Amino acid sequence: MAALVPAIHALLVTTTWMPGIKPGMTTERTGCDVEWLNTILQGVLLGGLYAMFAAGLSLIFGVMRLVNIAHGDLIVLAAYVALVTVETLGINPLTSLVIVVPVMAALGYILQRVLLNRTLGDDLLPPLLVTFGLSVIIQNALLQFFTADSRKLNAGDIEIASIQIGGGLAVGVLPLLQFALAVAVIAGLQWLFYRTALGRAFRATSDDQPVAQLMGLNNAHVFALAMALSLAVVALAGVLLAVRANFDPSIGPARLIFGFEAVIIGGLGSLWGTLAGGVIIGVAQAIGAKLDPGWNLLAGHIAFLIVLALRPQGLFPKVQG
Amino acid sequence: MTSSILTLSKISKRFGAVVIADGIDLALAQGEALGIIGPNGAGKTTLFGIMTGTVPPDAGQVFFDGADITRTTPERRCRMGIARSFQIPQPFGGMTVFENLVVAAAFGGGKRERDVYARCAALLEQCGLADRANRQAGSLTLLDRKRLELARALATSPRVLLLDEVAGGLIEHETAALVALVKEVRASGVSIIWIEHVVHALIAAVDRLVVLHGGALIAEGAPAEVIRRPQVAEIYMGMEDLGIEADA
Repeated sequence: MAALVPAIHALLVTTTWMPGIKPGMTTERTGCDVEWLNTILQGVLLGGLYAMFAAGLSLIFGVMRLVNIAHGDLIVLAAYVALVTVETLGINPLTSLVIVVPVMAALGYILQRVLLNRTLGDDLLPPLLVTFGLSVIIQNALLQFFTADSRKLNAGDIEIASIQIGGGLAVGVLPLLQFALAVAVIAGLQWLFYRTALGRAFRATSDDQPVAQLMGLNNAHVFALAMALSLAVVALAGVLLAVRANFDPSIGPARLIFGFEAVIIGGLGSLWGTLAGGVIIGVAQAIGAKLDPGWNLLAGHIAFLIVLALRPQGLFPKVQG
Repeated sequence: MTSSILTLSKISKRFGAVVIADGIDLALAQGEALGIIGPNGAGKTTLFGIMTGTVPPDAGQVFFDGADITRTTPERRCRMGIARSFQIPQPFGGMTVFENLVVAAAFGGGKRERDVYARCAALLEQCGLADRANRQAGSLTLLDRKRLELARALATSPRVLLLDEVAGGLIEHETAALVALVKEVRASGVSIIWIEHVVHALIAAVDRLVVLHGGALIAEGAPAEVIRRPQVAEIYMGMEDLGIEADA
């Protein structure tokens, strides 16, 4: 981890444009420059979280052409599952991942087998409507059981731990861990898709469902495994979100939007693209917030619109149409 | 019935007013190579759909190795040992040629991936695709797609192989190579049903020929003999003479 820090630092210093800063000028920065550098660094690290939102979404769309409108609410659900786990067992939220990830994966498998597989067909609309309904149900159920109160998970000392990376710049251990996990998740998914039997099953089913069936693949099972994997990523994202910021039952749809924007910026079907998309949204939001606290979300959406206008297919498109 | 590996019993299927099959009985013997011919729209390909489980029959039963598989899913039938090729090749275009085979061999054959690599490489060699193993399947020429179609069906380790118009569009020496390959597969113990409009290729490779017309099997017997029957010549060959080309 420690080795990563100078690398990221060097990358930022040499590759980002900033008024008054040229490569190599790291020792003579003014306080203002450091603030900007810090803003961008925080944005990049936040982008890791958005990339995780996006990766689960992208995976499901890629394998079964299902747009999961409940994705954001499932992230929030995972946060509440973590909350219950932490309060019941008295463990650290990060430790609770050992329980939350399998629980969410199992939920994903069952959800797909029992409900979502029935909605899949030639028409894209039924899965949209059903996951929209699911979104409403999850929000209201959470409201019923946990009230509208804002909650947060406390991860202890790690939350305030930070690493000085010189030049007055410090980076929080937790955001850094979160970003490293996002990179690991995406690298892991990439490896799984292109190097394992399960990944080839995903790709074959995605390519041609009837033919995949004739090659011995049980589509219902393959789809359920894809959803289980997606919700495992969602669980990770949900816990990290809950440690990072306040959450309540209503914040799901906004997470869905961030995830969507990251997927589209990155280009459909490209996993590394979702990381780039997440980082772009994260940096835009951080810069927006720095200029004016009210511009936080707006800046992210504007960055998305600019990419959409200039490069509608996304930065690294893989799926056509 | 004990010696037959795949049996259709009183199979009926219609699409609206079009009768595809009207109480068809057909038995494929263990180790046999059976050819099916018939005019356009006679329902030959639909019979393959009924055998592989993608098309449910309106009535009748399908037996594999003595067991009733009429309601068995396509993926389970594949794992039992029924594989087919498509007239219009349908490779997994986003995957490499080798990966196409690996998926079929691993999931269709119920094996671990690393246990099928050698077999897949051998199949590529056998089907003339060895030098294109790492090409994207979507970028292959039609001939190579047809080869891949066959190789992928074989990769599932079938006991019954259903071939749908694999010789269409091939030139003479390619057809001869295909016939040799089919004979080789058959010699390894695989039973075969082959639908084909390229009749001379079919006659060279099969033991028995049936003619499907109007939802019924109107002729059956030794290929060279069946093809000369007046009713077959009239229904089937006549159409070919008129220049109406292959399709099912």
